[in-house]
Amino acid sequence: MGVTRHIIYRHVGPDGPLGFPNSPTTFSEAATSQECTMMTIGDPCGRMRRSKAATSGSSVCVSALMLAGCSGDTHLSFLDPQGPVASGQRWHFVESLAVLLVFVAIPVFVLTAWFLWRYRYGAKSSRYTPKWNYSALLEIASWAGPVVIVVLLGIIVWRATHALDPYKPLASDQPALRLQIIGYDWKWLFIYPDQGIASIGVLALPVGRPVAIQLTSATVMQSLHIPALGSQIYAMGGMVTQLHLQADRPGRSLGENNMYNGNGFHQQRFSAVAMTPERFSAWVDEVHLHGIALNDQSLKHISQRSTRAELIAALSQPGASDGNIYFKGATDALFSTVVKATKSGTPVAPASVRQEFANRAPLAARKPTESATDKVQ
Amino acid sequence: MSFAEQFQHPLGRLSLESLPFWQMLNDPTRGNVINGVIGTAAALMVVIGTLVTIAMITKYRKWSVLWSQWLTSPDHKKIGIMYVVLALVMLIRALMEALLMRAQQAFGLEGGFLSPDHFAQLFSTHGTIMIFFVAMPFLTGIINYVMPLQIGARDVSFPVLNSISFWLTAAGAALVMISLCIGKFSTGGWFGYPPYTEASFSPGVGPDYWIWALTLASLASTFSGINFAVTIYKKRAPGMKLMVMPLFTWTALCTSIIMIFAMPPLTVAMAQLALDRYLGFHFFTNELGGNMMNFANLFWLFGHPEVYILVLPSFGVYSELISTFSGKSLFGYRSMVIATMAIVALSFAVWMHHFFTMGQSANINAVFGIASMLIGIPTGVKIYDWMWTIFRGRVRFTVPMIYSIGFIYLFVLGGITGILLASPTIDYQVHNTVFLVAHFHNVAIPGALFGLLAGYHFWFPKAFGFRLNERMGKVSAFCWIFGFMLAFFPLYALGLMGLPRRSVAYTEPSYVPLEIAAFLGAILLTVALVTLVVQLWVSIKQRDKNRVFAGDPWDGRSLEWSVSAPPPEYNFAVIPVVTGRDAFTLAKEGGKAYPLPESYTDIEMPKNSVMGPVLGAIGFALAFGLVWHILWMVILFFVAAVVTMIVYGFARDTTRIVPAQQVQQEHRRWLDAVAAATGISRADEYQSANQGLAEMTIHEVPA
Repeated sequence: MGVTRHIIYRHVGPDGPLGFPNSPTTFSEAATSQECTMMTIGDPCGRMRRSKAATSGSSVCVSALMLAGCSGDTHLSFLDPQGPVASGQRWHFVESLAVLLVFVAIPVFVLTAWFLWRYRYGAKSSRYTPKWNYSALLEIASWAGPVVIVVLLGIIVWRATHALDPYKPLASDQPALRLQIIGYDWKWLFIYPDQGIASIGVLALPVGRPVAIQLTSATVMQSLHIPALGSQIYAMGGMVTQLHLQADRPGRSLGENNMYNGNGFHQQRFSAVAMTPERFSAWVDEVHLHGIALNDQSLKHISQRSTRAELIAALSQPGASDGNIYFKGATDALFSTVVKATKSGTPVAPASVRQEFANRAPLAARKPTESATDKVQ
Repeated sequence: MSFAEQFQHPLGRLSLESLPFWQMLNDPTRGNVINGVIGTAAALMVVIGTLVTIAMITKYRKWSVLWSQWLTSPDHKKIGIMYVVLALVMLIRALMEALLMRAQQAFGLEGGFLSPDHFAQLFSTHGTIMIFFVAMPFLTGIINYVMPLQIGARDVSFPVLNSISFWLTAAGAALVMISLCIGKFSTGGWFGYPPYTEASFSPGVGPDYWIWALTLASLASTFSGINFAVTIYKKRAPGMKLMVMPLFTWTALCTSIIMIFAMPPLTVAMAQLALDRYLGFHFFTNELGGNMMNFANLFWLFGHPEVYILVLPSFGVYSELISTFSGKSLFGYRSMVIATMAIVALSFAVWMHHFFTMGQSANINAVFGIASMLIGIPTGVKIYDWMWTIFRGRVRFTVPMIYSIGFIYLFVLGGITGILLASPTIDYQVHNTVFLVAHFHNVAIPGALFGLLAGYHFWFPKAFGFRLNERMGKVSAFCWIFGFMLAFFPLYALGLMGLPRRSVAYTEPSYVPLEIAAFLGAILLTVALVTLVVQLWVSIKQRDKNRVFAGDPWDGRSLEWSVSAPPPEYNFAVIPVVTGRDAFTLAKEGGKAYPLPESYTDIEMPKNSVMGPVLGAIGFALAFGLVWHILWMVILFFVAAVVTMIVYGFARDTTRIVPAQQVQQEHRRWLDAVAAATGISRADEYQSANQGLAEMTIHEVPA
């Protein structure tokens, strides 16, 4: 297979928000984009350099990384956090790194260098005790030091793991937005069951409202990750995993699949676009108006092994010019149908592969499974 | 072609399309031509390399020597050397692949030159080779060579099994090599998670190559582990109590214990995946009750202890080196032993940190995260004890010591990022990014590879009777150290910037400078390897200036330095009696380092055996038949394997006698050479004056 081309999805066409001609709403992606750029340059990076975190021993290194974490108009990193989860993760990263650098790295580095110099072969006046090999005090210190550090870190880790558990719903006075995400080769299908819409290539989020996500895969194992918003979690066939995220301010964050799944792996990227609640509902309306129907036929195309660009070509319907795909008519049942079907073996693999190796598939009748209850709980 | 038909076909799935240049000729697009040329060049290097080797051996009429002295030899020293040679050959390939991947990513903004499929094969073979066919044979080779000498044994407990282990490893390596020439390798990475590696998603031969190469390697390592553990338990010289053993032998024992318990889960996981792929089972499929999470658990139940299989022998090497080159007894011997054993125990209790992101509860994740951090305690103790060993010593900055110092600094950083990864909260962010790639290279290269290279420099004079060139060794060591830093530190930053591992290309321009830095680092690492090869060449040329026949070029402390370099095949003319730790240093201090025995006795040694090469060849053919679904080949070689093993069961005449007279003659010749040599001070270590006899006086400097 040759080198496949990348889709640049950041550019926004001259048309309406989703790139549909004659868009009736005033919402514009370009506006979000610009806002985001300004904010990236003006606010997060600058603020972070002054932040508490950056005053630690690792300030130079960390702030360099934070600067690097803001690339163009897309937030790439949890060091440039856009929500409470990533923010907590950054703090935990910085405190753990600081403890380790201060109590482990610096003493070892300094003492080793000093010993090596002072006790070099040429230093004939330095004390030399070839048979000295035990000191109860040093032994106790050698064990106690690491024990204390690990206990300290253990406490930090226990707390952080529970506080930032991706399965834990985020505290908020607003009800969570439900989102169901299905991993296909090589794109994610984002279903908004309560809004009845779905999208590929862009994940729109209302600012300040928690998002409760369920994930599964219609194919091999994948890992959904939006670094600037929070945790990654695996999506696995026939199983349902969960993730809770929230965006605190409008902006665009990098979203990706982190688990290798074939030739189009590196193109399985998307934008997580956080927008004000008003814009979000405008966006939902927009998708309702212009989206393609999410039916058996379009699902058949989606489940092929293809990149987003190849899928757009295959759908052969007037799509959005921003390189994303929008669907209307998404139902709550679709997600569990896919989980059940994957578990029972109905779509063993994308059609092309399945045909080739049909004879390999089990000949025994494929027994339907009774439920799609979570294997992972 | 149906499954049944494939097995009826005499050549199975083999066809012209399996050749690396076939696609390029039939569909000469730009991408196909670039990838076809690279693939064909690699295949040609394998083919030409093999042909030239065969031609040279034929030209110099070395076949019979090679066969009787090396290939069929049960001598642990020769098997050890063959393991190291295999590791270095495979290292060349895997490093070339790394260079190619770094080049691809350096130019990977919006594309690069490699196809995604080609890139995926590269990262899969690179990982598979580096773990199973570089690190494992390298450490097994060094344990093989050194451990029996350190415990005062004449060979391992099961010499023929040792040869079989080597040949099964070589067969696995050959299978990976032939995948360059015929067909394609897996694209599923070195841990090959299903269902991606199941037949429905990866129908080609790639995962089959991977499965059978790993199966051969895992069987070989299980056998090696059993062999080493039994040797250490049963064949120690009189007085060599467990708490007297050199630390390298301790780490060899600990590694062996891990091998025995960690390798079977891998073999089982591979067998289950093979059943899925060949016979339509559903262990790890999406459907019909299969569950890939079982594979992840089984694989990492092997995979995490494997990490300690890789680093523990190097920890042993560092312990020997730092003590020897600081001219000082190892600090905290008992702590070191306890720490090593603690690492063994803990290594089996942390596997789940490889998939914190699979959706288990916070309690489980936190427990496994903290368990993983606990390993930092014994590892920290080791680092401190090495520092106390340097403290009040007389440190000589020899090549092995430079590697050790590089190790202490870089491994601490690798350990720190390891502890960061052990926190589920951070892992949720950096898992599967190149931060993880940077971390495990940061422990594997300074932790394992530096130790093995240091061990190579340290024990080379023992094995071949002459020292390696020091200056080139230093150049190489610094290239490894700084090349590593340049190649992998940028990956930490890239990982924090969200770059997933295994990305053939990316769209973020901000990644480019760091990717280019990493590429330069990969070039520097290649220079390091080339320097190592040149150093070997130069050292062989200058060998007569650097002979150390007397056997003790570094003022060594353990028993391997108490015999000639190279040692006789039976290692010890008379089995030594050990009185305490640092046995040879004790003997030197007591003036009893080179005793003249009153009498010599006949020595019984194992006879050469063709079992190793024969079973290796059968294993290779059986695996090749399985990969390509060549049914007759599978049946033929399966039967051959069973018959060979049964027939060997009837072999009775397996030993031969080295007569006492010959032993006496060889031993006296060596003792005469020792008597003729001048003991040198440590300042002259790298001079021609160093004939392998150390000055015996110790100048203690009090406070």
